[in-house]
Amino acid sequence: MEKIRALGRSGIHSLERLGRGSIFLMRIFGGFWSILKRPRLLIAQFYSVGVLSLLIILVSGLFVGMVLALQGYNMLADFGAEESLGVAVALSIVRELGPVVTALLFAGRAGSALSAEIGLMKATEQLSGLEMMAVDPIHRIIAPRFFAGLISLPLLTAMFSAIGIYGGYLIGVELLGVDAGAYWSQMQAKVDWYDDVINGVLKSIVFGFVVTWIAVFEGYDAIPTSEGVSRATTRTVVHSALAILALDFMLTALMFGDV
Amino acid sequence: MNQSKTLEFLVGLFIAAGIAALFVLAMKVSNLSSLGQTDSYSVTARFDNIGGLKVRSPVMVSGVRVGQVASIDYDSERYEAVVAFALNGQYDKFPDDTAVSIYTAGLLGEQYIALEPGGSDMYWENGSEADLTQSAMIIEQLVSKFLFNKAAETDGE
Repeated sequence: MEKIRALGRSGIHSLERLGRGSIFLMRIFGGFWSILKRPRLLIAQFYSVGVLSLLIILVSGLFVGMVLALQGYNMLADFGAEESLGVAVALSIVRELGPVVTALLFAGRAGSALSAEIGLMKATEQLSGLEMMAVDPIHRIIAPRFFAGLISLPLLTAMFSAIGIYGGYLIGVELLGVDAGAYWSQMQAKVDWYDDVINGVLKSIVFGFVVTWIAVFEGYDAIPTSEGVSRATTRTVVHSALAILALDFMLTALMFGDV
Repeated sequence: MNQSKTLEFLVGLFIAAGIAALFVLAMKVSNLSSLGQTDSYSVTARFDNIGGLKVRSPVMVSGVRVGQVASIDYDSERYEAVVAFALNGQYDKFPDDTAVSIYTAGLLGEQYIALEPGGSDMYWENGSEADLTQSAMIIEQLVSKFLFNKAAETDGE
């Protein structure tokens, strides 16, 4: 009896959180105009969310591309199809690994920082202070962070993909001796701008939306104690990772399912 | 003030790098650069069987890519596949008796259209129809033909 009640309680609780999150999202979108009036706020967030994530994204992109080339080469060499290495690297990065790995790294690097920052602002009553001064904290604090994340992630994904393919080139062509012309020309012949690249960008926009939404909401909704903030930060990373992987499956089924 | 200027500079650099990466993906990685050509002309050809030919499959002459398949339709009156392919405008000297065949790239590769120029003085232009066509080889048909021939041979003996 008690077990069933606990189940119901947690169900109602998560539904309630989802509802609060959605209302919160609507209010963020309401803050869009106040950002246009104060673009400086957005730029500051761009720096902390986007520019500071750049290093980890670029380095991981390079290594992911290099590993893919190394693994793909061994596999393809069995079939005498080393020339397809470029296609294999480019398609797997542009379609899947670029959006997903970038979003996971972004959730770990920027999402957790956002949650912790906003949660701490709440715990130290800075948000209430803003409200006291008749400044809407959602317009002033949350919305710039949300839109900065939403725009940064697709840009970061594009950089990840580009440098990943270059990493594949370094290993495949410079180290393993695949013909450079075959690497690029096969890639250009098989990778489609709309079907592959644009769909990858669409994925990253969806991920950017979900990750920053989760991050700012967890921070804003955190219990204002140090323990509450730490739990909110953990939840941000865990929920973002789950959401990214589940959404990635659904988006892939929709985009490339070809059913 | 100075600090916020560096900040703006770095953010600007970040956005520019993102757009540049997208540009690299467009031009260097994907086939966008070969799609934008407007000066192409279209030629149609009829086949009994097109095998695994798809829209955007390449059209090659002597192994050089000169165009791509634009559309594939089925003519229910004549029971034939109608394939329209767009040829790059700079290659406008194809005699009208050029043979159009469907070949396979490699053993298991994708199928493409191969052109073999003939000797006519008249050239293809936009909307021309190719007369000499050769359908795709279907591997099952080849195998069954081979087996039937073998069977017939052994019966004869």
